[in-house]
Amino acid sequence: MVPALQTFGLDKRFGGIVAANDVSLQVQKGARHALIGPNGAGKTTLVNLLTGLLQPTSGRILLDGKDITRLRPHKRVKLGLTRTFQINQLFFELTPLETVALAVCERQELGGDWWRLLASRQALMAEVVSILERFGLADVMEERTVTLPYGKQRLLEIALAIACQPSVLLLDEPAAGVPEDERQAILAIVAALPSDVTVLLIEHDMDLVFKFATFISVLVNGALFVQGTPEEIARDRRVREVYLGEAAHA
Amino acid sequence: MKPAAPVPFTGGLATRARWHPLEVLFWLAAFASYYFLPSKHLILTEIAILALFALSLDLILGYAGIVSLGHAAFFGFGAYVAGLLAKHQLVTEPLLALLLAGLAAMLLGFVTSFLVLRGSDLTRIMVTLGVALVLREIANRYAWLTGGADGLQGISMDPLLGLFRFDMFGRTAHAYTLIVLFVLFLLARRIVNSPFGLALQAIKGNALRAAAVGVAVNARLVAVYSMAAFYAGIAGALLTQTTAFASLDVFSFERSADLLLVLIIGGTGYLYGGLIGAIIFKLMQDYLSALTPQYWPFWIGLVLVVIVLVGRERFSSWTLPLRRLAAGSHWRAERARRIVGEGH
Repeated sequence: MVPALQTFGLDKRFGGIVAANDVSLQVQKGARHALIGPNGAGKTTLVNLLTGLLQPTSGRILLDGKDITRLRPHKRVKLGLTRTFQINQLFFELTPLETVALAVCERQELGGDWWRLLASRQALMAEVVSILERFGLADVMEERTVTLPYGKQRLLEIALAIACQPSVLLLDEPAAGVPEDERQAILAIVAALPSDVTVLLIEHDMDLVFKFATFISVLVNGALFVQGTPEEIARDRRVREVYLGEAAHA
Repeated sequence: MKPAAPVPFTGGLATRARWHPLEVLFWLAAFASYYFLPSKHLILTEIAILALFALSLDLILGYAGIVSLGHAAFFGFGAYVAGLLAKHQLVTEPLLALLLAGLAAMLLGFVTSFLVLRGSDLTRIMVTLGVALVLREIANRYAWLTGGADGLQGISMDPLLGLFRFDMFGRTAHAYTLIVLFVLFLLARRIVNSPFGLALQAIKGNALRAAAVGVAVNARLVAVYSMAAFYAGIAGALLTQTTAFASLDVFSFERSADLLLVLIIGGTGYLYGGLIGAIIFKLMQDYLSALTPQYWPFWIGLVLVVIVLVGRERFSSWTLPLRRLAAGSHWRAERARRIVGEGH
């Protein structure tokens, strides 16, 4: 079976700094795959390479067997590769309703439609509302995003990615900075994602990783360090050293 | 012209798309001015042209976040195209010539849009300014075509649609510009409430994320920039057609800068800002220049400083009723919360 997402020898250098070093990663279809690593290991750089915000110095990226290495970010989204951001990237002046409507419009290739009023597309709006309800955002969907509490913004961040109906979803620290009660809501949503959606989870929180992932890749200094099942990773002495070493420095 | 069936769950979106009585009143007043202020045709025509020009800038600044200090480039281009079409009897029907002038400006907008795609606000200010300056110098240099510093003279306008002559009182000119403004306003209103309009506002808010949900950011910006250039070109062409004259002044830096001032006075991002700003600006200019013919720019400058110091949010708060309408119900909810005192 063709992996959902695959990289070959991905390199990224910023001057003398190697942010990604010969990364050859395979994410299987429908996987719950976690990417972990100490701070500065290059996890977010890798996500930026995969989604097209950065161009690799060398190497290739395949999405469902198709080479997307040179595609612009929005084209990758159209092919089913969507991400969330570690730090919320939202449209503060728009409402959650408008925010999610935007994503649904783009998925249905309506983004260039400058004639028909958005509000008159009832089926589309019904879908938008059902997504917002699923994320517990229906009661605030008419508020400007900037006025929402952080936890709600975080949920919207993820709702926005889900609204794109990705085949491969990259979650960049979805629970980062979220208070405990809302954290549970986010974890429940992540756990409830349809099984045909491939998920690559970038996370610091080991609890979440071991609860969620069926396969783990460890990134250290921009290179793949160890890969395996959660049990294998938990047993691996080198991984523990990397993390303990980090803890010792901190 | 719109399906008005209230859809409960589209709340703010539907509210915004629906016509509010105040808007109807605004346009009724605009059209009534034609009948009730017969001695003011000239200045009202000027206001309508400036309003259309400001509407154009609002499309890119208020909705897509592209700041321009050279929007006169398209205004001037439209003005000269309309002038040349009329002077050389190439297209004598004013309405058709108007459309052609708009399309010519749109083409120029399309070509130059690629210069404003990248870069910060500062880059965009410089690039747009540069384009307008270059066009002005070209018009100056090729005097055999444009009349150079003397302006494009000898324009005679045929009757509009072969029926309405441009009279010396400016009656036809006034009705003509007002109708063109209204039609283009309707179109703009449609555009900003469409999925395309939503995509623009998303790009303005966060281009990075817009791309990450699949918005073709560059294509959308090129489209809206071209569209705004079309509007500006039409405004310029209206000036030429209603005054039977075009001069280098149509490209001037002052024209672009005044336009920004108009939008700052009226507020951006709700379409009426340009219209209201144009009314205030022109009346102020008219009043001040009658008061002190030589020093009115001083007063305009003072007003600008005051607006910026007081804060344009607060200054334009008197337009809040209209803005709230434009922004839909969430503004109301937000204000209610602020009054209750539990805001963030």
